[in-house]
Amino acid sequence: MALTLHVPDPPARPGQASDFSYLRLQPAGQAPKPPIDATPQALSDYAYGLIRVLDDEGVAQGEWAHDMSLEQKHRALHIMMLTRVFDARMFHAQRQKKISFYVQAMGEEAIATAQALALNDDDMCFPSYRQHSLLLTRGVPLLDLMCQLYSNACDPLQGRQLPAMYSKREKGYYSMSGNLATRFLIGVGWAMASAIKGDTKIASSWIGDGATAEGDFQTALTFAHVYRAPIILNVVNNQWAISTFQAIAGGENNTFAARGLGTGLASLRVDGNDALACYAASKWAADRARANLGPTLIEWVSYRAGPHSTSDDPSKYRPDDEWASFPLGDPIERLKQHLITLGEWSEEQHEAAQEALLKEVLTAQKSAEEIGGAGMTAAIHSETIFEDVYAVMPEHLQRQRQEFEEGL
Amino acid sequence: MTVFATRSSIPTVSMTLGQAVRSALDVMLERDENVVLYGQDIGYFGGVFRCTDGLQQKYGKQRVFDAPISESGIVGTAIGMGAYGLRPVVEIQFADYFYPAMDQIVSELSRLRYRSAGDFTAPVTIRMPTGGGIFGGQTHSQSPEAIFVHVAGLRTVMPSNPYDAKGLLIASIESEDPVIFLEPKRLYNGPFDGYHDKPLESWRNHVDAEVPEGYYSLPLDKAAVVQEGNDLTVLSYGTMVHVAKAAAELTKLDVEVIDLRTLWPLDLATILHSVNKTGRCVIVHEATRTGGYGAELTALVQEHCFYALEAPILRVTGWDTPYPHAQEWDYFPVPKRLAAAYNAVMKEL
Repeated sequence: MALTLHVPDPPARPGQASDFSYLRLQPAGQAPKPPIDATPQALSDYAYGLIRVLDDEGVAQGEWAHDMSLEQKHRALHIMMLTRVFDARMFHAQRQKKISFYVQAMGEEAIATAQALALNDDDMCFPSYRQHSLLLTRGVPLLDLMCQLYSNACDPLQGRQLPAMYSKREKGYYSMSGNLATRFLIGVGWAMASAIKGDTKIASSWIGDGATAEGDFQTALTFAHVYRAPIILNVVNNQWAISTFQAIAGGENNTFAARGLGTGLASLRVDGNDALACYAASKWAADRARANLGPTLIEWVSYRAGPHSTSDDPSKYRPDDEWASFPLGDPIERLKQHLITLGEWSEEQHEAAQEALLKEVLTAQKSAEEIGGAGMTAAIHSETIFEDVYAVMPEHLQRQRQEFEEGL
Repeated sequence: MTVFATRSSIPTVSMTLGQAVRSALDVMLERDENVVLYGQDIGYFGGVFRCTDGLQQKYGKQRVFDAPISESGIVGTAIGMGAYGLRPVVEIQFADYFYPAMDQIVSELSRLRYRSAGDFTAPVTIRMPTGGGIFGGQTHSQSPEAIFVHVAGLRTVMPSNPYDAKGLLIASIESEDPVIFLEPKRLYNGPFDGYHDKPLESWRNHVDAEVPEGYYSLPLDKAAVVQEGNDLTVLSYGTMVHVAKAAAELTKLDVEVIDLRTLWPLDLATILHSVNKTGRCVIVHEATRTGGYGAELTALVQEHCFYALEAPILRVTGWDTPYPHAQEWDYFPVPKRLAAAYNAVMKEL
């Protein structure tokens, strides 16, 4: 018999009907909440199931339903809406050639927002793309972020980084970079350091489904397990890595949470579009880490509603209406529905909040543009490119800076 | 050199290069509670080259511990520890094994300060036994220093004797920059002048093996003129410093031998001063030639000393082949090959 190579395909390509029958689902409220000291082996079903709290009517169900306070729900909705409005404006700013590049979080806002609420503000996050809700939840001003996006004179990173590759130590947000999986592992080292020093802080690392194929992903799981590092290892499975369907990263007939099981980690698979589930699972994992019980791997099932970045065109590789038929819906709509069901929110309030957020974002954008931007005015002092390569500028860079200045 | 001026006043003990490395680690673990050590086999066992012998017993498992066999894991977690505020000193068991850590070294470690505009830094020291001469074959003999020198943001250091090893390692651990610390493994237990068929030499009674027991550090940007001379300048580092001196004895020439000690940032002034004096330059390293560190040194010397040069700059290096096993002494730049180059640059044009 001649062998054939299996190359996985997504269920649907442009022009075909969207099909999410491959997604393993589980009804809201069905998964019980285990004690935080449960052994990874006792939790093995959680790597294949799906922790969900909100049902299709927006009602919170089951044992994971009671963690989030009403105030936190309002706060989560606010940040998720802010993230989406901010993203839409900044995506547009790229189209207007005001900034060079942008990545938005549309469809995934619940995960980082809820986790930021479940963590302490001084816990350190090692983000990948699409976790800027962590910064917004922790109160970083919009203008601060926009100055980075515009690479203007007030950019804290002095124009050195692509837009959205923020760094914010004081807000527990590690320097973002465009290479993948490395920071997932670096977070484990930070968590190990916290344990070495007898600290109480924990870490939270982030990676997408696509980059789990990198060696550093598996290495991070191994180190986290070996040293019982106090960390939450987040895998955001948004189904797509640019044009690469999650099956190409190893998701076919398997879950990404299951990757943790073989390494001996507590591993959960959670509805990433359900803010209540996101909060409850994050809190469970954070409590576990803080109690010295070790790391937790969480696969967040979500959907990348927008293009990978401003340089991507998903209409070339997936059906246009895929998000509309995604069985886990839109995280903002679901939380909004939940609050309305509770009698704590209304369509009118939602609309008014939306308008107020847009105003807030536009005001910040106006201020950022008044300072300037790479796409408008060159506002960065060019000679700073030689700084911060070393703690103290060595002779060869002093010579090169002089060479550069003489050439001006 | 000024850094050697006070040596005679401090009580010293004789140490091998490996013992000097261990002593540096011991001193720094004692002085700075943020120093932690880990790597393959370095904990309970004390390392395959014994450079961490007894340190776990002395400082405990929280500060000196074994790591899984994963170079990217060792370096990646060290970056996280550095970002937290620790000063990790990690060991890659052989420099030949660092390749899986390359992404962490290049994309994260070397650039963290730059890309975050100083928001995050990671003062990590990565120790790696390097070089050949121990019949290690292609996976225990490589000299990858040029790869690190090419990466902006790293410091690359290679000592040639116990005294420098300890002082430079302490300075590396204290450095705010990430440091690649390459330890010539052929020198761990004794100096080596390139004559493999002679009896093994010991560091005992060697002037550079007299090492203070306590704290001292050496600057990370100063070369050493280890032998003064007027005919030609030899630029070298690590094991080849000893070979370069031995080769001079095969000639009747007055050879100046410079031990670079810190490959990058480089002490260019000492090099230029010497070549401007002698007008002739030979560069010696174990690593392969093409695109090797010698090429950079050649470029720098010709850029700055072109009008003082009396002859082409020559390189004596490992051949552009993988490091062979049984033919080690055909590959290794032995004194005879160096002496031929010394004589060649002396020919009148």
